Amino acid sequence: MSGASFLTQVAALARRSTVRTMRQPAVIISALLFPMLFFSINASGLDAASQIPGFPTDSYLDFAFAFPLIQASLFGAITAGADLARDIESGFFDRLSLTPMRPVALLGGMLAGVVALGLLQGVVFLAVGLLMGVDISSGVGGMLVIVLLTVLVALGFGGIGAILAIKTGSVEAVESAFPLFFVAIFLSSINLPRNLIEQDWFRVIATINPISYLVEGIRSLVITGWDPQALILGFGFAAAIVVVAIGGAAASLRTRVA
Amino acid sequence: MGGFFQVAWAVAARQVYKYFTNPAFLAPALFPLFFFVAFAGGLTRVGDVPGFDYAAGYIAFQYVWALLQAVSMGGAFTGFSIAGDFENGFARRLMLAASNRYGIILGYTMASLVRATMTGTLVTVFALITGMPISGGFDIFGLIALAVLANIAATLFGAGVAMMLRTQQAGPVIRTPIFLVLFLAPVFVPFSLLSGWIETAARLNPFTAILEAARGYLAGEPTNVASAFATSAILIIVLTLWAVYGLRRAEKAG
Repeated sequence: MSGASFLTQVAALARRSTVRTMRQPAVIISALLFPMLFFSINASGLDAASQIPGFPTDSYLDFAFAFPLIQASLFGAITAGADLARDIESGFFDRLSLTPMRPVALLGGMLAGVVALGLLQGVVFLAVGLLMGVDISSGVGGMLVIVLLTVLVALGFGGIGAILAIKTGSVEAVESAFPLFFVAIFLSSINLPRNLIEQDWFRVIATINPISYLVEGIRSLVITGWDPQALILGFGFAAAIVVVAIGGAAASLRTRVA
Repeated sequence: MGGFFQVAWAVAARQVYKYFTNPAFLAPALFPLFFFVAFAGGLTRVGDVPGFDYAAGYIAFQYVWALLQAVSMGGAFTGFSIAGDFENGFARRLMLAASNRYGIILGYTMASLVRATMTGTLVTVFALITGMPISGGFDIFGLIALAVLANIAATLFGAGVAMMLRTQQAGPVIRTPIFLVLFLAPVFVPFSLLSGWIETAARLNPFTAILEAARGYLAGEPTNVASAFATSAILIIVLTLWAVYGLRRAEKAG
């Protein structure tokens, strides 16, 4: 099968995935509304935390801006994973196997949908954040990098969602993984910088949790400017998650098809 | 009147049996536990913010919110269960058989208290293991009383919604308002340290009075107790009417 025809298959399934998401306004609204709502509540409720000695900025709003971007990627991954699981549950995946279409195109199409949703969320959250008063220290260039990192994170989480969907073939199983993702986000440096986390056990967990580095990469662009170390770690961990997750999803797919 | 209590006992006994025979019966406690771990573990330094004057410390500060979240979500889960009973046809048969249908609401509420006791105990044991001090002595019973009232109010809300919509798709309609009420309160810092829109939202939120009084009980410094119990009583009266309205809508729907 030629590369061009494979890309055509991916494009067709990506279009299907995107149209299906767009036809569910509840999914779009919750993917955009809930992360911003949580961000707004957290940023306002924890505003006083910026008075802790050593806090890196005097605005908790700026500090917390990474939260909706990371959380949105999580929502996107669960939604896409659930859609893929539904395709398996409903028999669409089996019917696809009877056509010349390659099953891996289904994975590619699903991930293309995740990227599209991640891009939409990144742009919308950036616009709303700026309207709410978030100050991006790294300027316009930094905003583009924030969107790029958000899309990469969405792709990585999307890969994990795909592994769950392919391995279980159950919408319910994918949905029930949501609390685990949520726990992973909160057990990171999402609410306070690691050096200000008082409990040793929590600081250790936050340090070994890759999500801390994704958060700190985005956060550095907002409150510090251009911090090469934070960006290398952020992009490095995001790329590693993408490689491991998509590799794992492709391997799971091969097993399921076999 | 006998029929009222008979129906209530029967519904409660079935619900409690269903609850304990479900292998995932403690699952509703996982979210409050997780929030407790994330907030009490990760945000301890917030207790150092100038003006943060809660005597019992940050772990106890977060425990009270986690406990009230656990019991309120217990009420929400009872709502999901009622919706499930309507969807699978059990509630319809129950309404035909019950000599006094108001007993159905009481029965679900009693079962919800059992559920809340289990999840509340789990959160409390976890908090004690992680080093939460109890400095309030017998004032702890004030905290328990407020938790019970919060559970009753949340259950009545969930029951009203579930009986009106009679489908498990009512889940988000039950869960989201309860979640919002819980978060639009002084979750991370005392009310006096809030500012901006969240301060206005917390001031208007009836749950704030209950949360602040419950925290006062745990610290052995009861504050705004009358206001908290009055708010709880008003909520329960209003939400009882709401649940009865839901029941009547279900009766009309047949």
